[in-house]
Amino acid sequence: MSSHESIISIRNVSKAFGKQEVLKDISLDINKGEIFGLLGPSGAGKTTLVKMLIGLEIPNRGENFLFHEKMPSLKLIERVGYMAQSDALYGELTAKENLEFFGSLFGLKGKGLQARIHEVMEIVQLTEHLNKAVHNYSGGMKRRLSLAIALLHEPELLILDEPTVGIDPVLRKSIWDAFYELNAKGTTIIVTTHVMGEAEKCHRLALLRDGGLIAVGTPDELKENTNSSSIEEAFLVYGGVNA
Amino acid sequence: MRVKALFIRILRQIIRDKRTMALLIFAPILILTMLHLVFNGDDYVPKVGLVDIPEALEEQLHLDDADITKYTDEGTAKTDIEEKTIDGYIVFDKNVPSIVLEGSDPNVNGATMRWIQEAFKPLQPAGTASDLDIEYVHGSDEMGQFDYFGPVLLGFFIFFFVFLIAGVSFLRERTTGTLERLLSSPLRKWEIVVGYIVGFGIFTVIQSTIIVSFAIYVLGMLMEGAFIYVLLITLALSFTALTLGTLLSAFANNELQMIQFIPIVIVPQIFFSGLFNLETISEWLNWIGPFTPLYYAADALRNVMVRGAGWDEIYLNLLVLIGFSVFFVILNILALRKYRKI
Repeated sequence: MSSHESIISIRNVSKAFGKQEVLKDISLDINKGEIFGLLGPSGAGKTTLVKMLIGLEIPNRGENFLFHEKMPSLKLIERVGYMAQSDALYGELTAKENLEFFGSLFGLKGKGLQARIHEVMEIVQLTEHLNKAVHNYSGGMKRRLSLAIALLHEPELLILDEPTVGIDPVLRKSIWDAFYELNAKGTTIIVTTHVMGEAEKCHRLALLRDGGLIAVGTPDELKENTNSSSIEEAFLVYGGVNA
Repeated sequence: MRVKALFIRILRQIIRDKRTMALLIFAPILILTMLHLVFNGDDYVPKVGLVDIPEALEEQLHLDDADITKYTDEGTAKTDIEEKTIDGYIVFDKNVPSIVLEGSDPNVNGATMRWIQEAFKPLQPAGTASDLDIEYVHGSDEMGQFDYFGPVLLGFFIFFFVFLIAGVSFLRERTTGTLERLLSSPLRKWEIVVGYIVGFGIFTVIQSTIIVSFAIYVLGMLMEGAFIYVLLITLALSFTALTLGTLLSAFANNELQMIQFIPIVIVPQIFFSGLFNLETISEWLNWIGPFTPLYYAADALRNVMVRGAGWDEIYLNLLVLIGFSVFFVILNILALRKYRKI
């Protein structure tokens, strides 16, 4: 599935907020066309790492490259779809108005915009709630609408920070199906998660702990290398807890 | 166009939020109406006692416009003062009047004294000061306190409400994460600030038109100048309020902390806005005036509304207000660098 052409290159990146070191010398390559998972407990530095990729944080040391160009760059932002941990929606407005607003920020308009709105709402199964005010949405619905907004401008690269938090298993599966479908069309997807089970769904994984990268590989490789039956066990071995 | 998308969204949000819209338009109207009733209400009718007044004298006095009670001895009059049934009395001792006032309320004292002076006018020889014709360069003897305060208050309310609403809505943008989402789109930082200015600018034009029309045509506030200048001034003032509000929201973590800026940033401006005579403010404080936007707006509004000033007299004030706005816009853009460096 992955063509081994690097789309993201993180080179010796470190980041500290004041004295607190959040990321320690991370180097990582993510290939075009893969679903890449960043797995780690909360506080491991996942969000800081993805925020750097979108340009919302600047590393203290090291460099990030997207599509072979150095971040941050406004030109590159257009090619990325980002979904933050918070839903970031305007509650007073309807779903449609939220979508129209964010769509036009990416230069979508008219019929093209309306067509995309219907497509993405179909993907997250919210079509019937299109004209409902967002403050009437449930937590899971908001999460899905937030995802729909990230998909709106058909980005080549999707960066999703904890996309399935608070979503029930049935819906979670349908969202993952949507990820595979987008991936089949060539979209590279980066997902952060702290749910070990969800990590198995990714093509490749990076394990993060206390700001350090402890392992990278496919789920099977990680399990084989550690003689583990699950990612959770593998994480413990790499984390040095079970060694 | 991205700025257009942004200001359309802001207008939609304001329209959806009926309560906020009501606050922005009806709260100033309500307060102005109350002030109008308080300051331009009926004149106070003093209650005056006359003790031992000779009949010949009484016929010469103007005794209209006051509640007169006649006493035959001073003791009863004194008791009535204690019981507050009269505000003061005049004793005639061998045709020489002396005045005793209750004295606890300066406004009542003033009204009573003015009445007494009027009443005794016929006794004074003609041609003294009280007979002089008074000419008004601006305003008229019809002008009430409200007409003098009004323009300042008009500016103040617009400043206050726009500051608060814009500050809180920008704060929400930060706390809900939508600001981060805006910054993870190709939207430029200046486009965010301009979008806010245009969105709230359109709303402020509507807000000012309604409030100013109400004050002038319904409450009958003095209006010597052109309506369009009043709108221009309030618009420039609201840009200042908006850009200051969004800027300060960067230093607030929640709505309550935004409210905490009111006594620090908003209320002190009232003191320097011309509501009180600036010359009587102590010297170690009055240098603050020129640093407050309301100072310039209030001056310009009063010039237009009371003195009928035109463009030549107000453009400097407008320039200063726009200068404040530009300064705050630059600081806003710098503050946004905290979120995205480019």
